[in-house]
Amino acid sequence: MSWVLANLPLLAERLLAHLGQSIPPIVLAFVLAIPIAKLANARGWLRGGLTAGAGLLYAVPSLPLFIVLPIILGTGIRSTVNIIVALTIYGLALMVPSASEALRAVSRDTLQSATAQGYAPLARFLRVELPLAGPALVAGLRVVAVSTVSLVTVGGVLGVPSLGMLFIDGFQRSITAEILAGIVLTAALAIALDLLIMLGGRLALPWSRVRGEGVR
Amino acid sequence: MSQLLEAFSWLADPTRWSGTDGIPTRLLEHLWYTALGVVVAAVIAVPIGLLVGHTGRGRGLVVALSGAARALPTLGLITLFGLWLGIGLKAPILAFVVLAIPSLLAGAYSAVESVDPRTVDAARAQGMTEWQILSRVEVPLGLPLLISGFRLAIVQVVATVMLASYIGNGGLGRFIFLGLQLQDYPQMLAGSILVVALALVLDVALRVLERLLAPRGAARG
Repeated sequence: MSWVLANLPLLAERLLAHLGQSIPPIVLAFVLAIPIAKLANARGWLRGGLTAGAGLLYAVPSLPLFIVLPIILGTGIRSTVNIIVALTIYGLALMVPSASEALRAVSRDTLQSATAQGYAPLARFLRVELPLAGPALVAGLRVVAVSTVSLVTVGGVLGVPSLGMLFIDGFQRSITAEILAGIVLTAALAIALDLLIMLGGRLALPWSRVRGEGVR
Repeated sequence: MSQLLEAFSWLADPTRWSGTDGIPTRLLEHLWYTALGVVVAAVIAVPIGLLVGHTGRGRGLVVALSGAARALPTLGLITLFGLWLGIGLKAPILAFVVLAIPSLLAGAYSAVESVDPRTVDAARAQGMTEWQILSRVEVPLGLPLLISGFRLAIVQVVATVMLASYIGNGGLGRFIFLGLQLQDYPQMLAGSILVVALALVLDVALRVLERLLAPRGAARG
């Protein structure tokens, strides 16, 4: 405990860096997954291929991806850009199948009534389909957020500053409190983002509570 | 790109394929740790998951538990257990077990839950005991989902075994961390390629097994 109190500025710095590497992949995965899922749903072969590819991608451990990506990106192995791109890929692997399911679950009858009422395709997508798929999309986003926050720590072994560095430093210097602080802060950050997304979803989509939240 | 070529020539070097720190030894270590972790976790998690699925009791707890486990950083558990339990197999195995349990638990209970309740009622009406319903109806019909739980647990543990090399254990992760220490990027790449290949081979093999063992009309995982 005394270690924690003596190192509050360090913990705050690590937490902030962690947040900086977590938020971009979560946002990017969500924003990119929706058009990809929409496109995939229009073409059966693409949907099957993307779902299978996403499943395989999720089996790839994160550290090898962090190591291999710099060859393609031309970044350094300790670059945060590298971490953000890798975690966006993982986020997409989770979010694309989930968004595809969410959009498919919207009743076709509803969409046809909207067309009959004069909605143009884009307006129908933005104002009817997306809001109705919203609660399921939010459920998918929550999974992405929790998984991303936990994966950011792996960058610590490569020397990328985040809460993961507390594990490495704590292990090398035999400071149990430092590792414990890292675990507690990582889990707390994941839970906080999860709750924030859930509450945000309920506020923006008041019909969320009527439908079950199908977290996969 | 030249570094990728160097990584492949690292892999092609015949001296890497023998000896106590060769690729086959490290691969066997990796598989052995993975098997050990998943089997111990399965002994704990599968009976509990099946029971939860069969009785429907404790479902909320299982869902909350597997959700919470996703928030736990793998590397944190490995270094924490490593510090507490010292060098040896105890610390990493404990981490593997803790991380494999949620997937196995979820797989086991969702396998039982996926079975049509009318089928279960029909089995009960025919005079099957609860044990017979579980072992002869629910488990065979839910088998693909149960295997899917094993697949997720195995993939997770393969990744965790790699990280456990950091605290001094064997396995394919050794090459990555040795390369990191020596600033030998081709070796890190080669180690990464090996770990990815292992994870993908296991994932695909278990997906095939899921298909093969699915009885006709059973839920797809």
